[in-house]
Amino acid sequence: MTAPIEITGLSKRFGATQALDGLDLTVAPGEVHGFLGPNGAGKSTTIRVLLGLLRKDGGEARLLGGDPWHDAAALHRRLAYVPGEVNLWPNLTGGEVIDLLGRLRGGVDVRRRDELVDRFELDPTKRARSYSKGNRQKVALVAALASDVELLLLDEPTSGLDPLMEAVFQDCVDDVKRRGHTVLLSSHILAEVERLCDRVSIIRGGRNVESGTLAELRHLTRTSVAAELAAGAPELESLAGVHDLVAEGPRVRFEVDTAALDEAVGVLHRAGVRTLTATPPTLEELFLRHYGDQLPEPADPEPMPA
Amino acid sequence: MTGTGVLLRTFLRRDRWLLLWWSLGGTLLYWSQAASVKGLYATQAEFDRAAALMESNAALIAMAGPARALNTVGGQVTWQATAFGAIVVGLMSMFIVGRHTRAEEESGRDELLRAGVVGRRAPMTAALGVAAIANLLLGALVTLSLVSVPLAVADSVALGVGVALCGLVFTGVALVAAQLTTSTRSMYGLTGLVIAVSYGLRAVGDVGNEVLSWLSPIGWYQQMYAFSGLRWWPALLLVAAAGAALLASYAVFERRDIGSGVFAAKPGPARAHPSLASSWGLAWRLQRGTVIGWSLGLLVTGLSYGSIGNDAGDLMGDSEAARDMMVAAGGDLVDGFFAMAMTLLALLAGGFAISSALRPRGEEDAGHAEAVLATGESRTRWLLSQVGVTVVGTALVLGSGGLGLGVADALVAGDGGAVGRFTWQTLTWLPAVLVLAGLTRLLYGFVPRYATLAWLGLGYAVVVLMFAEILQLPDWVRAVSPFEHLSRVPVESFDVGAFAAVMAAATLLSLGGWFALTRRDVG
Repeated sequence: MTAPIEITGLSKRFGATQALDGLDLTVAPGEVHGFLGPNGAGKSTTIRVLLGLLRKDGGEARLLGGDPWHDAAALHRRLAYVPGEVNLWPNLTGGEVIDLLGRLRGGVDVRRRDELVDRFELDPTKRARSYSKGNRQKVALVAALASDVELLLLDEPTSGLDPLMEAVFQDCVDDVKRRGHTVLLSSHILAEVERLCDRVSIIRGGRNVESGTLAELRHLTRTSVAAELAAGAPELESLAGVHDLVAEGPRVRFEVDTAALDEAVGVLHRAGVRTLTATPPTLEELFLRHYGDQLPEPADPEPMPA
Repeated sequence: MTGTGVLLRTFLRRDRWLLLWWSLGGTLLYWSQAASVKGLYATQAEFDRAAALMESNAALIAMAGPARALNTVGGQVTWQATAFGAIVVGLMSMFIVGRHTRAEEESGRDELLRAGVVGRRAPMTAALGVAAIANLLLGALVTLSLVSVPLAVADSVALGVGVALCGLVFTGVALVAAQLTTSTRSMYGLTGLVIAVSYGLRAVGDVGNEVLSWLSPIGWYQQMYAFSGLRWWPALLLVAAAGAALLASYAVFERRDIGSGVFAAKPGPARAHPSLASSWGLAWRLQRGTVIGWSLGLLVTGLSYGSIGNDAGDLMGDSEAARDMMVAAGGDLVDGFFAMAMTLLALLAGGFAISSALRPRGEEDAGHAEAVLATGESRTRWLLSQVGVTVVGTALVLGSGGLGLGVADALVAGDGGAVGRFTWQTLTWLPAVLVLAGLTRLLYGFVPRYATLAWLGLGYAVVVLMFAEILQLPDWVRAVSPFEHLSRVPVESFDVGAFAAVMAAATLLSLGGWFALTRRDVG
């Protein structure tokens, strides 16, 4: 089975701005793929190239085994898209928009549609002009989720939803995954990506800087350890791979490289462990490592233009 | 009221071109009447005869206003320009108020502004300020232009003051409408309705029961009797009405929440109608209101032209100049009048065609095109359905004009065959109108940002049609206008070849637009 999304060396320029600069991205069948990056990194541009709305300047992009520019309409019947900024026809009702978009995609499963309208607590009789941002987003989500398609392209789909609705959204994505369909989820909300995604790609300045499963990415980073010991453990200070050590009597706090974890735990054990918490690196930390100033950036060969 | 001054300056800057064009256009309406009437009649006796005929024509009175001193230039200007002048300032005020109040509120930009150091009433007051400045500017220009003709100063001032006050009344109406409604579209609808009713009341009043004219601001303006025994007191009615409307708008504003209106939005259908299942259904749904509105507008225009068509000969009398305007040489005057009426209807339909052909750009700008193009609809099908609605809509709008012309003539002259004949003859202008839509589409495809420049195409066609003779425009300048290539039925016989050729030009322009659209970035 071919990868639903396969992008190599994609570039796109808007006037003087290089929006995409040799981007690589592969999304495997049946996976929920997190697409992360700061504002202006090129996430929406990538999705819009995949939708055939924008013409690529260079590189390769394959969507569901086809060419996103030339086979746009045919490919779109097999996918659904939720834009980051949902704009609806102000004088159509939410229900009308859901039906229209569904029919344009090739048909609406009425039962599923009604079920989703209920789950998202959407009033489909209101005119789109009176919907809030969150409600407009619900309309787009219901329209996308109601169609039984192979691929969902979601561009920051939950940025206007409240936490309850976000939970509903997460359940819906789980359903999609269970049916074996593929999702590309661009997001800022790291907790959401951590909860939903099998693999993530982090992009910056129009280029891919990190890609892999969460487990793989965690390899590249450190575990936070806090422990209360029977005795002090001065060896920790000399142990390579231990950083930011804070020792207050029997209590220690430090960060440790994944490679040195075993050795560090051995030291703690010898000192006699009373309590121990080890926190795996959060996506937040991965994210900060790429964008923040707090951590070095060994993966980057050269600084990216902001 | 904090921030009113800053906002006023910002609004004026945003509107500077708009203000200039509206006030020049309104002024031209008055001045051109004076200029054209001045040279039209060789002798006063000829002028008197024409005036007597106009005075006895109820249709003309209903269209323009009470017939007074029509055998003078000032009287003619007052008669021909006041009603339309009032409509022009009414529309100008409506658009100015709308774009700074309800439109801003609807888009949410207003909220951003209000979160700053801006008083509650400041945006509204600044909008009122811009509208007031625009109306005063237009009034002053009207007065100056008439004095320059030269016409009597006091009466020229009265026409200027009157039109500015009418503008302020409609400014007040627009401000009230902005508080009552929740969308810019319905705000324009409501204000437009008040303007139309004002015009209609005085039309019925001027030919029938005079009391009705006294219920209309346009009626008050005309009751000032400029150039025919000027009296100032009806202007006080305009001042009072403007004041009342403005007070009402502030009173309603104080009682409503920002972002809402007084009329609550009604819930709509939870399911889409089966027809809303393709870009065709969507394009029709989006434009159907506009098509119906324009069709009714042209129907009424056609009816009013048709009702006077048969009297064209009497109206023109012996005036050679007037005769020349209608028919080139030796043609039938009535046919000449109808040919001209059909051309005017075609130019009006051009307004619809261009705005309809701009719809895809609006859809793209608003991000709606993206939603449709991300489904199974291809760009070609999406554009084609928009084009289809434009073509069908233009035919309906233009045909309605012809239908009105025919129905009115059938009623006046008793010739039932006129209905079908005039409808068809008016439709022979369809290719020229569609060229304007094609030009819009070409611009939209290649340079979407500048697609509105297509309106210049309509302006060009108007100039060539109306002024080619007077300005002695060279042939190639005329040849650019698609209207020059079609036969002027019923004066000339219908030319199938020309019809097909102009239609082909419209198609080519559209194909160019399609070619560019399928090759560029969308959104």
